[in-house]
Amino acid sequence: MTRTYRKVVWSAGATLGVMALLLALGVAQPVFAAQPPASTAAQEGFVPVKDVPAQEQLPAAPLVMAAYAVAWVAVFGYIWSVWSRLGRVERDLAEVSRRVDKGARR
Amino acid sequence: MKKLFLVLLLADAAMLAYAPVLIVNAPYEATMGLVQKIFYFHVPSWMAMFTSAFVCGVASFFVLFTTRKTADRVGAAAAELVVVFGLIGLITGPLWARKAWGVWWQWDAKLTSALILWLIFVAYLLLRRYGGAGSEKLAAAVGLFGTANVPFVYWSVNVWRTMHPTTAVVPSLQPGMRGPFWFCALAFLGLYVVMLTLRVRLENRRAELETLYLAVED
Repeated sequence: MTRTYRKVVWSAGATLGVMALLLALGVAQPVFAAQPPASTAAQEGFVPVKDVPAQEQLPAAPLVMAAYAVAWVAVFGYIWSVWSRLGRVERDLAEVSRRVDKGARR
Repeated sequence: MKKLFLVLLLADAAMLAYAPVLIVNAPYEATMGLVQKIFYFHVPSWMAMFTSAFVCGVASFFVLFTTRKTADRVGAAAAELVVVFGLIGLITGPLWARKAWGVWWQWDAKLTSALILWLIFVAYLLLRRYGGAGSEKLAAAVGLFGTANVPFVYWSVNVWRTMHPTTAVVPSLQPGMRGPFWFCALAFLGLYVVMLTLRVRLENRRAELETLYLAVED
């Protein structure tokens, strides 16, 4: 084998090697990008609520306040609604009774 | 009768005013913490709703099989209260679930059947409001059907797999929570009686007005 022939084979091998490496990196890049980030302690197992990072915690107080507010608004709203309907019916009753009395007197 | 109603009204108002003190002093539940305090209004509202559904069912039975006018008035009043107390339960539940389960709503057996029960009584009210003459009989049938659903809603947590706690929670409450819970339950049932009495009175006065109108026309 001549020296020139060896040089050509070596160059071709090196070029193919570099191309294969570049190709492998190019294909692997989206695969690496699709990998999920390193898992946190909370993802690996049970973590008590108090140990969860502050940004992941949901405050309970507004939910409790909202629940009690809804209950009170619904109850008072309903009582007010019944009271006003009752008031309207009582007024109509008084008006019709007055008309009946007038008619009876005639 | 009026005196008894006034006594009940005052006693219940005092109970509801004192309830927050008991709730604040009740011990925290170990896993859920503060958000579990919704329990003291959430469960009693369902208890009042189920009681009202039962009252509506009994009244509906009398409407269907007898000619008692009072039954129809009681049925209409009770159905309206089913919707009111059910609404409280359906809103306070998701507020609790958001923190405890991480979601507002879950389409599981308990929650879905409770929503359907509530919708049946909404249908009852819509029927009575827009159904025209004779709709009270049809509404009574719907009311009876709604009442028949109550046991299914109650036991659904024990029969099907669901995120909702089972019916064993209330009987197994620890003493610190048991007192405030039953106090709130009693206050809600008292409130239910007060509201039902008021609502039935409205129906009675409406019936009187209708009779008077007919007398004027004659």
